[in-house]
Amino acid sequence: MADTPFLSFHDRPNSYIGRSVPRPNAKRLLHGRGVFVDDIKLPRMVHVYFVRSVHAHAKIGKIDASRAEAHPGVAAVVTGAQLAEYCKPWVGTLSHLEGMKSPPQRAMPIDRATWQGEPVVAVIAESRAVAEDAAELVEIDWEPLPAATDMKTALDADAPLVHPDLGDNLCWRGEVKSGDVDAVFKKAHRVVEETFVFARHTGVTLESRGIIADYDPSDGRMTVYHAGQAPHNMQAIFAEQIGMPEPDMRVISKDVGGAFGLKAHTYSDEVATVALARMLGRPVKFIADRLESFVSDIHARDHIVTGRMAISKDGKIEAFDIDDLTGIGPYSMFPRTSVIETYQILNLTGVQYVIPNYRARGAVVFQNKNMMCQYRAVGHPIATTVSEGLADLAADAAGLDPVEFRRRNLMADDSYPTKAASGLPLEGLSHHASLDKLLILMDYDGLRREQEARRRDGVYRGIGLASFIEITNPGPLFYGSGGARVSATDGCTIRLDPSGIITAAIGITEQGQGTETMIAQVAATAVGVPMDQVRVLTGDTDKSPYGGGVWGSRGAGIGGEATLQAGKALRGNILAVASAILQTEPAKLDIVDAKVVDMGTTTERISLADLAALAQFRTGDLPDDLQPELVVTRHFRVTGYPFVLSNGVQASHLEIDTNTGFITLLKHWVVEDCGTIINPQLVDEQVRGGVVQGLGGALYEHCIYSDEGQLLNGNMADYLVPMAAEMPDIVVGHVSTPTKTSELGAKGAGEAGTGGAPAAVLNAVNDALKPLGARVTAQPITPESVLRALGKL
Amino acid sequence: MSRDVEITARINGESVTKRVPARTSLADFLRYDLELTGTHVGCEHGVCGACTVRVDGDIVRGCLMLAAQIDGAEVETVEGLSASGELADLQAAFLERNALQCGFCTPGMLLAASELIATQPGAGRKEIRAFISGNYCRCTGYEAIVDAIETVIKQRNGGGAANG
Repeated sequence: MADTPFLSFHDRPNSYIGRSVPRPNAKRLLHGRGVFVDDIKLPRMVHVYFVRSVHAHAKIGKIDASRAEAHPGVAAVVTGAQLAEYCKPWVGTLSHLEGMKSPPQRAMPIDRATWQGEPVVAVIAESRAVAEDAAELVEIDWEPLPAATDMKTALDADAPLVHPDLGDNLCWRGEVKSGDVDAVFKKAHRVVEETFVFARHTGVTLESRGIIADYDPSDGRMTVYHAGQAPHNMQAIFAEQIGMPEPDMRVISKDVGGAFGLKAHTYSDEVATVALARMLGRPVKFIADRLESFVSDIHARDHIVTGRMAISKDGKIEAFDIDDLTGIGPYSMFPRTSVIETYQILNLTGVQYVIPNYRARGAVVFQNKNMMCQYRAVGHPIATTVSEGLADLAADAAGLDPVEFRRRNLMADDSYPTKAASGLPLEGLSHHASLDKLLILMDYDGLRREQEARRRDGVYRGIGLASFIEITNPGPLFYGSGGARVSATDGCTIRLDPSGIITAAIGITEQGQGTETMIAQVAATAVGVPMDQVRVLTGDTDKSPYGGGVWGSRGAGIGGEATLQAGKALRGNILAVASAILQTEPAKLDIVDAKVVDMGTTTERISLADLAALAQFRTGDLPDDLQPELVVTRHFRVTGYPFVLSNGVQASHLEIDTNTGFITLLKHWVVEDCGTIINPQLVDEQVRGGVVQGLGGALYEHCIYSDEGQLLNGNMADYLVPMAAEMPDIVVGHVSTPTKTSELGAKGAGEAGTGGAPAAVLNAVNDALKPLGARVTAQPITPESVLRALGKL
Repeated sequence: MSRDVEITARINGESVTKRVPARTSLADFLRYDLELTGTHVGCEHGVCGACTVRVDGDIVRGCLMLAAQIDGAEVETVEGLSASGELADLQAAFLERNALQCGFCTPGMLLAASELIATQPGAGRKEIRAFISGNYCRCTGYEAIVDAIETVIKQRNGGGAANG
């Protein structure tokens, strides 16, 4: 096709790049017309309820299901041994994580349960309620075994073994280093050190996990309706585990009620549901109830990190050393593994700063608790809290204001491309510009004056800063290179139908972040049509091009670029057809408002609808040597960098009641740089929602376990999540450094808020407590922990 | 096992008579028996507010009320209140302000917001935040929802000034 000139997308007449357009697909949700998995009802559908282990670690003795099987309305009762014939075990390791081990995991274990909540027996019945009734009749001879629950003792010689065959409870050890940390610490001017504790918490998607598997034995096809984030990835996994050809496994993830990474993983109860559908030859629905969610949705964080920072006389960081420990439950989650949070911490800590000598060591251990895996901002909240917590300690030790310490140590905005101390390649960041903007937005100096004045009245307010980076637009580094069928590429197939409507099908998916809107904006811009003439298809392996789905803040950066390139190619093809019809050069034509016009004018020569209809129905009007190609597919993967970093800085302003320990969040600010912004409103709301999830981890959320491995607060009343009344207004500002790895220039923004907020809050709390000589270092920061720090408990 | 009970109620203006097991919650009755799936179930223990519906003019948790208790009552859900137009300005404000992401909490949030506006027509941001604290949202961080409700309160009070 002829090469046609293309203005920069910012200058296109129909450009939607940088415009806050509302989300067309939100109307259905506002009218209660969304279709979530539990809203789907299929003919002959049965419901599965799982009898789960009540013990953290126990031998499964004799299972007597006879009374349950005889219960009216029960279709089947299936044990782990019976299900094993329909479902292969899997191993959650990746080949590029050297030395990592994890044993095979079954959809339901045969002889031993390894966490409280592990599904053990499946009861399938005409309704969920009947399945639950019958489940009470299943008798299991449990033989409780000693449980390894404390990560700190999991590697002791006398620790109970989670998997005796492995020999110990070690899953993986990692180390990253540059320079000579030990030598620098020996002769350092000043050293600050702190141990930070990050509690286990979980995603609490308001829609719980859910799946319907519909197997048709007559043609051997399976259709899976999945509350998930990565349909192609799940297609590969379900097909492999139950031994079906991949193309016969169709996975549809349409409306999804919150995901946050939690719904990107392989859950044993979900694989079991797919296997049961094949076994029974009829649709099987599994919807986790909230109590099941708490003991089976992945947990995250749960790290203990000791960090040391050596600083020079003039307040410059000379060396940074961290030691991290985490416990991940009895298996590493498939296929992304449960060590990536540690991997991120080792590689991301201190990346904001110039650090001549760096060392990070991490150990990942097995334990008899629910499994841990990637949740929004994987590792970032921990790496940022350790970096920024130590930065504030170092600033104090050097007698510098936290702002001044950051100015001296943050990587210079003109120093890119460069590498971080951990070796991460950095393409183009704006820490200083972001900090400058933040200080103005929040009136930093004014807040400091106010803080000082109020302290005289016994009011303790704190101001906390946190500079951060966010990994976005990932390439194959994390998963694909290690052997997981997790796509780092996404494709967009875009077409012009005879109606004149543009349809873009894309491999990334929608969970409310605005994927379909953002893709429509890019497609409309690239082709030259009003946005209401674009339809977007996502979340169906039969209909969308192969792709990775949405995780790792990749939607806009990777899916958006694929759409831009597909749209440009389609525009070129349309103009080639138009030039033949209009007897002119393609370069003299443009597409504006869904009309082919003379370049530089808005004079209509032919509408896209007329052109497409002609190309489809009245092809006799076309020259013989022209085959109209009004369907185009283009792909995009990030090259030259393993991923693209966003960056930014957050600030928290809060007040502490020193009598009760209560923390009141007064306000929160974020300045972030995600490169080209496609839809400012969607970006800002991603940031705000992300901040609040980070605030939840910092102040409230905690999966509390007993020493025996029993989750003590596994319900929505006892597990606290942020509510509207306790959340502050959040001011969001931007600096824009487009990535040069794509024409669109977009970086991700979905995890920035969560990655930075906990550090800002911890620093603000400690800033408030400073005149009282108190410090907190563990999250969540509860009123009790504040009172303990103050010596009042 | 539980025995069945017969209930007759007006649901979104239509008279409905059904026999349901006595243990059936109102939320399950609406979702599974009447296929009014706009009412969502988030926690099934009365905390998250996703199942908020209106019974005889008051908002209730559909998961904490039994279907048997609505015999003779008037029940309104997001489907009915959308069709009647009662939620139209709230829905428009939510759309404009992107006060929803995944949309799972949204029907319950709209019903709560509608009751807030009816009972506290002068509510400011603090009152809005307090009132909707019984409705969890994991996506938005709440600010956009507060903004949207505040906008509707101002519009209904004749102000109409948008805010951001």
